[in-house]
Amino acid sequence: MIEIEGITKRYDATTVVDDVSMVIEPRTIAVIVGTSGSGKTTLLRMINRLVEPTSGIIKLDGADNRSLPGYELRRSIGYAIQGHGLFPHRTVAQNIATVPVLLGWDKDRIKARVDELMTLYQLDPEAFGPRYPHELSGGQQQRVGVARALAAEPNVLLMDEPFGALDPIIRNKAQEDLLAIQKRFGTTIILVTHDMEEAVHMGDKIAVMDAGKLVQYAKPAEILAKPASAFVETLVGASERPFRLLSLGRVRDAVEKGSAEGEAIPGDASQRDALAELLWTGRPALPVKGADGKPLGRVTVDGLVKRAARPA
Amino acid sequence: MNIRFDKLGVIIAAISAYAAFAAPFATFRANRIVPGQARSILEALPAITGTLLLVIVVAAALIALFKTLLALRLAASVVALAALALLIGVAGTFLTPEGNTFARVSPASGFWILIFAFTLLLADVLTRLNLSPLARVGVLAVSALAIGLLLISGSWDNLSILKEYFNRADSFWAEGSKHVTLALGSLLAAVVVGLPLGILCHRVESLRAGVLNVLNIIQTIPSIALFGLLIAPLGWVATHVPGAAALGIRGIGTAPAFVALFLYSLLPVVANTVVGLAGVPRTANDAARGMGMTDRQRLFGVEFPLAFPVILTGIRIVLVQNIGLATIAALIGGGGFGVFVFQGVGQTAMDLVLLGAVPTVALAFAAAIILDAVIEMTATRRRVETA
Repeated sequence: MIEIEGITKRYDATTVVDDVSMVIEPRTIAVIVGTSGSGKTTLLRMINRLVEPTSGIIKLDGADNRSLPGYELRRSIGYAIQGHGLFPHRTVAQNIATVPVLLGWDKDRIKARVDELMTLYQLDPEAFGPRYPHELSGGQQQRVGVARALAAEPNVLLMDEPFGALDPIIRNKAQEDLLAIQKRFGTTIILVTHDMEEAVHMGDKIAVMDAGKLVQYAKPAEILAKPASAFVETLVGASERPFRLLSLGRVRDAVEKGSAEGEAIPGDASQRDALAELLWTGRPALPVKGADGKPLGRVTVDGLVKRAARPA
Repeated sequence: MNIRFDKLGVIIAAISAYAAFAAPFATFRANRIVPGQARSILEALPAITGTLLLVIVVAAALIALFKTLLALRLAASVVALAALALLIGVAGTFLTPEGNTFARVSPASGFWILIFAFTLLLADVLTRLNLSPLARVGVLAVSALAIGLLLISGSWDNLSILKEYFNRADSFWAEGSKHVTLALGSLLAAVVVGLPLGILCHRVESLRAGVLNVLNIIQTIPSIALFGLLIAPLGWVATHVPGAAALGIRGIGTAPAFVALFLYSLLPVVANTVVGLAGVPRTANDAARGMGMTDRQRLFGVEFPLAFPVILTGIRIVLVQNIGLATIAALIGGGGFGVFVFQGVGQTAMDLVLLGAVPTVALAFAAAIILDAVIEMTATRRRVETA
């Protein structure tokens, strides 16, 4: 659990982060969204003390984050940034081993952990371990960056626009990978982005920041349904709202009784994908199948349209 | 039939034609200080040998002139250079009357221009071959070996520059080692002081402009003036600081030469350290901090290795510059190859000047090639990310 209590950061006369308080539950993903200059990155960097706050307290699992020297604290917290920041003079395996080496793990343990992470990220340790970062594609570099952040099995992972430099297709894949890995390790993730789509997709909770202030901190559905201010509403994007709301729900939750013609859509797909498929093929209903391939029922345009409406 | 000219080859052919037919190949003098008489290739060599050299030069120039195979151009330049090197020795023996120890034969402008032309051709071929750094050092070693063998074989013994050498064999090596000690020692001192100073300038921004400006100003002081300026303070130190004189610190001699070379060396070392550290990718630095490296670990583990090729470039500049500048140290009694240069100027004996100048140029040239190779080898392994 991460408790942020009344955190403020001032540079001379400018207040960058203004009295922000929030609690991030363990094993969840909190996404901080805001325009550039909103203070979201500064807030993130105060958690691992790359930036020291002017006032306020941040507690990690109940302990003040100032109870350790900054560098020791940072070794226990994962850190991944935009443009990944890989060390160009070190091989992929050496890059991933950075924090374990700083912590003084023995060689066998480091090698085992590096191999495990590379396999998890679909990078063959034999082939990619000895390569240098410039020999990898952008997507591979990003994966190595996240693997490096997770190397010392941190409970908390801080990510500053980690998918910012990726093209849309690779970004989607990277987001799915991160969600899967978060489930597997139960890591608490705090992710900074300016992309509301990404926030709705990734976040258990979303924190919206504007001019240093925390404007709203709530579940994605609530942010979409009840934006706390005009700013949040603009950020959500009025024309995108219904589709973002639909993207939060799974098809299995919108299943109605009955059957329909054509190829079945999996129950795990998002309701937004189902609506898109219906509109594109011009059909009123789609059959739905479970993970085992058995039919579950159908989804209809009418049913989905109702779900896309503003919740009461 | 499609005949195409090589751009550089046109120049090489033109200057070698002038050098072979219009310029003197060797100079003959009755003794070492009287004005010399020019001798063309055919006059300086026995008839058959002279004709052979002309044929070789013309053939090599023609190969250079047209677009030809790299291997052929390489062979042409090597054969021409080898022939010139061997035959200038033959000219020395041929022109010196039997038993005459006063007569002097030295290479003249035609010889030097031909050497220049075919070295240009060789350098062009080697560049186009795109040799690996190690191969370039190998070429350097082979050339040095060939020149060494020619010197040992005695085929150049009748050339004036070697006669000057034989008169001063002992002091030549003593001054040579003094020259190298001065150049390398001041470089070492500059690295020991300059690296930490550069790191400090990188970390403390307010210091940077000041330090670099002072070093810039030092760099613009003419070398002779700087030697002169150092005489007074070092003389004062020698007489007033106990033990200073015992360490060899005096107003003239090695001490001011060393200090001056050291001061000139600081700017390239400090400036390149600052530039190198500034060129470290910002994200790599941020990631290093964010993952819990201490400032020290970040400096030695990330910043320094990434800045290393740039710092090495600074050291290369300093080494080549110092080897040249150390010549002037002789002016204030600092020793080195400059001793022969200034003696030669004083006696209007150009061969003595060459005895000082040629080894200096060769040393600087070799140092540049070796350090360039080292820089390339370190830089390829640490190529900065392109993303």
